[in-house]
Formats: sequence, C-alpha cells, structure tokens
Amino acid sequence: MQIIESSTIYDVIIVGSGAGGGMATKILADAGLKIAVVEAGPFFDPADPEHQTQLKWPYESPRRGANTVRPFGDFDSAYGGWDIEGEPYTNGDGSNFRWFRSRMLGGRTNHWGRISLRFGPKDFKRKDQDGLGDNWPIGYEDVKPYYDKVDKLIGVFGTNEGLPNDPDGFFLPPPKPRLHELFYIKGARKSNIPVIPSRMSMLTKRINNERGICFYCGQCSRACSVYADFSAGTCLIFPAQKSGGQIDLFVNAMVREVTTNNEGKATGVSYINKEDRKEYKLKGKIVVLAASACSSARILLNSKSEQHPNGLGNSSDIVGKYLHDSTGGSRSAFIPDLMNRQMYNEDGVGGMHVYTPWWLDNKKLDFARGYHIEVWGGMGMPGYGFGFNHNDFNKYFGLKVGGYGNPLRDEIKKYYGSTVGFGGRGESIPQKNNRCEIDPTTVDEFGIPVLKFNYQWTEHEIKQVGHMHDTFEELIHNMGGEVLGGKPSRAEKNGIYAPGEIIHEVGTTRMGDDPKTSVVNQHQQLHDVNNVFIVDAGPFVSQADKNPTWTILALSWRTSDYIIEQLKMQNI
Amino acid sequence: MDRRKSLKSIILGGVAGGLVLHGCKPENLADSDEAVSKAAEVFFGRTPEEKELIDELNAEQFFNEHELATLKVLCDLILPADEKYRSASDSGVVPFIEFMAKDYPNFQTPLRGGLMWIDHESNKNFSLEFKSATLLQQKQILDTIAYPDITIADNQRPLGVQFFSLVRNLTLTGFYTSKIGIEELGYKGNTPNVWDGVPEEVLKQHGVAYEEEWLAKCVDQSKRNEVAKWDDKGNLLT
Repeated sequence: MQIIESSTIYDVIIVGSGAGGGMATKILADAGLKIAVVEAGPFFDPADPEHQTQLKWPYESPRRGANTVRPFGDFDSAYGGWDIEGEPYTNGDGSNFRWFRSRMLGGRTNHWGRISLRFGPKDFKRKDQDGLGDNWPIGYEDVKPYYDKVDKLIGVFGTNEGLPNDPDGFFLPPPKPRLHELFYIKGARKSNIPVIPSRMSMLTKRINNERGICFYCGQCSRACSVYADFSAGTCLIFPAQKSGGQIDLFVNAMVREVTTNNEGKATGVSYINKEDRKEYKLKGKIVVLAASACSSARILLNSKSEQHPNGLGNSSDIVGKYLHDSTGGSRSAFIPDLMNRQMYNEDGVGGMHVYTPWWLDNKKLDFARGYHIEVWGGMGMPGYGFGFNHNDFNKYFGLKVGGYGNPLRDEIKKYYGSTVGFGGRGESIPQKNNRCEIDPTTVDEFGIPVLKFNYQWTEHEIKQVGHMHDTFEELIHNMGGEVLGGKPSRAEKNGIYAPGEIIHEVGTTRMGDDPKTSVVNQHQQLHDVNNVFIVDAGPFVSQADKNPTWTILALSWRTSDYIIEQLKMQNI
Repeated sequence: MDRRKSLKSIILGGVAGGLVLHGCKPENLADSDEAVSKAAEVFFGRTPEEKELIDELNAEQFFNEHELATLKVLCDLILPADEKYRSASDSGVVPFIEFMAKDYPNFQTPLRGGLMWIDHESNKNFSLEFKSATLLQQKQILDTIAYPDITIADNQRPLGVQFFSLVRNLTLTGFYTSKIGIEELGYKGNTPNVWDGVPEEVLKQHGVAYEEEWLAKCVDQSKRNEVAKWDDKGNLLT
C-alpha cells in the first residue's frame, strides 16, 4: 500500500481537537499560522439538527435513552466510550484500567461535566507538603495569567471566596441552588463541611455576541446547540475558523505516528483515513500532540525510528509511566423531607449548582491528598431506568414493597425527586509503575499497535475513598436521609472506581526540568525533539482534586504562546 | 464484545425456529412499531452506525403474538386504564419491551421463560392461559409474585417474583418515558427557561430558606444579556 503524501507544509499540525487541541488551534490560528487539525472521529456541531440530542424527549429514542450503545445513554453526546469496536486495549495481570475515548470533533469536551476548577498553589508543589510524588517545575503564578485569560475567553460561573488552594478568578454569577442543594448546604453545615457555588463553564451571562446564554435545560452532557457551554469545537475551533484562521480540518483521521527526519526532528504525521482505510502523510514544521494523555503516549511510543529507537521523546523511558486518574467514590440517599414535591422546572444548568472543595488537613488523616464532593438530585427528566424498584423506599415506612395497579402511580409521584447522590473526586499519588505501553501482540483495526495498561491503586487512594463514604454517610444523616446500599468493604477496596472510570487520566508524558525523569519541559516541549509539543493532560505531574480541563486549557494556551515566541525568534 | 453479533447468535442459535418471525410482524404491533421506527428516523443525533443498529433491531421480531398479547395483559395489570388514567399499553410499553429484549439480549430468556411460567401457573390452577384467565384469577397469580421479600437479595428471590419485578420495572420505565407518562408525572422541564430559584411556597413546604449572602452572589437574571465585564480583581461590573 502506498502512503499518500500531501505537498502542503503546515506551520503546525495539531493532533486531536479536544480541550488542548482546540485551544492550540485557536491561539496558533489567530496568530496567523497555517494549521492542520487531525481528529480521529467525525465532524460534530451541536447546532446541526442531525447531531443534536439536546431537548429531545426520552421517547424519541426507541431504547428511551438506555446505555446499551453509548455508556452514558443515547442522549449523551460522546461518540465512543470505554469500549470501542475495532479499537481494543489490553491490561496486564491484575490490572483493570478503563480507557474512555470520544471520537469526534471536540472530543470529550462535548459531554463533560463542565466543572472548571483551577489548580491551586499547593497543587503544583505536593511533594513539598507530603514528600510523595513530585513537584511540577512550574507553580500557580506561572499558570494564573492563563487561567485568567481562559475564564474571560470561555466563561465560567463561580464566586471569589478567597480560599487558599481554590483560587479566585473572573467568574460569571452562579445560578441559585435548587431544593435538594439547599438540603445539602444545611446538612453539610452541621458537620462544618464547607459548601460554595460550583464553578462550571456555562454562560449564565453573555460574554460575547457569538455565543448564546444558558437556557437551563440541564443537558450540558448533550452539548449545547446555542454554544452556551464550553466545548472545544463550538468555543475554540469554530471561532478560529470564523475569524479567518487558516485551518484545515482532517476528520476521521487516526494518527499512527509522528514522522521524523535524519536529524531526528519531526516532519509531520502519518494517519489512517477511516473512510478509505488508506495511510496518508501530512508535513508540518511543528507537531502539537493533543490526542489525550494515553493516545499521545501511544503515538510517541509507536513513532520509532533509527534516531528514536525507544519511541519519540522517550530516551528517558518515561513515556506512558506515571499514568494516573482521579479517585472516585459515590453514594446515594433517600431524603424523606424531599417527598411529595410540587412540580416546577428545576432542570437548572447541567450538573450541580453547589459543591464542596477539599476542606481537611491531611496531616490529621491516614491518607494523602484530598477530594471534592459533587452533589446531584432533583426532579430530572425521566429516562430509561426511571421507575425501577419504584417503591423500595416503602420499607422505611413499614409498607409493602412491590405491587401492581394504579396505586403505583401515586407512589411514583410521592418519591419523585427525593433521591440525592454524592460523588467524591480525589487526588491520587502518581506511581511510575502505573503505566501504558505498547502491546506488541495486539493491533487495532487500523493496523496500529494498541496500548496495554498496568495500574494499581495504593493504600492512599483506597483509604481516601473510605473517608468519602464516611463523609457521605454523615451528610446523609445530617439531611435526615436513609443511606442507600451498604458501605463498600475494605475487601472491595472501599468501592473505589476502577482507574480510568473518572476519565481524568493524566501524567503519561510528564513535565520536568530533568530530561532523565520527564518527557517534556515546562513549555510542554519534548526534551528530545524541539519541534514536538504536548498540550493534553499527558504533561501533568499530578492531577489535583480538581477536574483537569481548565488546567489543560491554560497550559495549552501557555504552550501556544511559547510556540509563537520561539517561531518569532527562529528557535524552532 | 460485538453486541450485534452476540444478539444474532442468541436469536438464530438459541431460539426455536417457530418463534423467529423475521419479516412477519404480528398485526397488533404494526402501528406502534411504525411509531418506533419513525422515532428512529427523526434525528436524535445518531451516528450512521447507530441508525443502522436501530434499523436492524426493528427489522427483527423477538416475541410471538401470544407472548405479546400476554405481555400486554401483564403491563395493563400493572398500570390499568380507568376514568382518570391511560393504560401502560396505550403509551407503547409493549413495543418498548420488544425493542429492549433485542437491544439487551440478557432480557430475552427471563422474559420469554417468565411468560411461559405464568401460563403454566395459570393452566395448572385454572386450566386457562394467563391472558384468557379472569381478572380475579390473574390477580390471584400476581399476588403470589408481586410483593418481593426484601430481606432476600434480588437474584435469590423465586423466579416468578424476579420475572414480575422485571416486567414491572420495564412497564414503569416505558410508561414514564412516554409522552403520556411524562404528562401524567407532571415533569415541567426539557424546555428553554430562566432558572431563578425555588418558589417561595416550595421552600416553606420543605422547611428551608435561601441565605441572603448566598443569593447576593447569584445571577441577576435581569442582567443576563449584558456582556460581562470585570475589574482587574475579578469583580463583575455588569
């Protein structure tokens, strides 16, 4: 099979169109550079009626939104999931890493929870505090100007609270709490657990005349047709195109490797066009990888050459190592005081209006690092699963469970909106042995060797999730509720989610000053090759108890500025 | 796992030929079936592969006419029509369960086997198939399976109880995700609006209140259209 080469030479080839790739596209295209964006999935625009799932009713899906096809249900906007036909991955003995991929323009930013938290000063220097893991080579002060710019460009609601490790920003005003959130606030106060307005990237107020304002359908996971929430396509790539950026968008194009020349410098990428299943090459002066932490590591490891026998940028043998995800634990409760609801529209924004940032001192605890608490509940739109075990709560009143006939209708209404749930999302300690590497025995349907994962949680993460459950039980008690389900046992690792299930995986191409122990420098530039950059979450030294997207965006902008400056100085 | 392949192998390999009714749909399903496939044609953001899967599932038939008729009787015992309410089958629950049995093949044996089991019970006691038994007789059978002993784990309960719980779950979820079920429930959302807090009478009913200092931080919805501007410290000016 002949590889088809394009004669165009791009200034920058960007691999991936999610948060990191979207931001690099916007900044580099706005600077006048000629850009190729190479995305493994199809084009996606939530304003296109054919792509829309927003404001659809459950009965528009023959499975009523069940998750037999998409892991978060039919109406979730992510094309992909933890298992994709034709794109396998493997795990080593005793490992169960779950790898979520969203193959579409904008990647996982189309369906994510929009929780947009800055890392704080402590988050960049964790080793200084507990001796575990490593410090970042940069600190909050290096990233702050970019967080500020991201807030203003994209829009995030929240409040300035003056907290030491949850920095203030340029916030839009938050929405008022819903009823179950008032219960949560009240319950948390009894245990001195702080609650503040959540920080999420939906426009509760206009930020420009191009994007719409939130109309409170609560469906951000379906991607917003008026662009009132952040996704990389709608808020970065489309605006860059509209303002005249020279952007060639390659979709359904699965990058296989970065190509290099005799000097070992990158010359572009090769990719498989999924439509004709042929291999193509693109030429570029600079390659920016933004394919996601694991995909970018995979591309580097598969980019072997005489100059880079261990894979591109991998003279340190660190590529793929230090893979880590957020910890996760969850629990739900029945709150009798939330029974017999009056009906009104409380969809609100998609997700929580209030949350709890980490509030304790680990010096007094038997595990390292903290977690934040997310809360859900309310009279949501019915979907598949609504009404299952509809009157189980009868048992709390000594009433019979089960039955048939029209009394069921009254029970459904009585209990509607009386369930709340909590999710803890915490920081783990990066481990060198937790890793992805190339599995030489397995290939995907595009002929590209796949990743093999090895990942084990440590005692710190398992104990942290145990602490989450104790906290949730205390909160539920304070809210006058009944805890649903038993507390997961120590043998069940306290119910910690499998690594990868929280979809915050980072760290596979970590940054550092020492080329022997890190893959990229503080500008996210490969130590080994100066014209390759990584702007997804691969360069994270540690994933704080915050969602990674806002930091991906800020660092991608910072790297893009560095690329522009280095090009001006003719250093690349 | 390729679920489409496994689905086919279950239908073609595991089920007696007489029950596979490719291309000859029972009469009474024709209308609701059309509604289902129409819904799939209306866009709800399907990729081409997902549309194809829906078409494939719709082209297959899992339950036979007797099973569908028995399901309808069961669903309507769970949510019957009366002067105030529409029945489960009015809302399209039966074709929904037919679709789910194909979409999630793990449902197939419990549902098909459960329907045969309930006929067996009815024949044994009343010498009639379940669907032909009197309402009183049908309820007599349901009374033995509709009230699970919750001190026993779900999967340890008698098969009749597990079968009825599954049918009840699918009936309720099918009904309350239908247009008439959502109307009956009174869900008010899924429509553009401006959220401005919990109504005062609801706060009173549930014994909670907003704190003034919290409300002061929240969005003033009368200014939502003004473009946001901040001072250097991040204080919102507009």
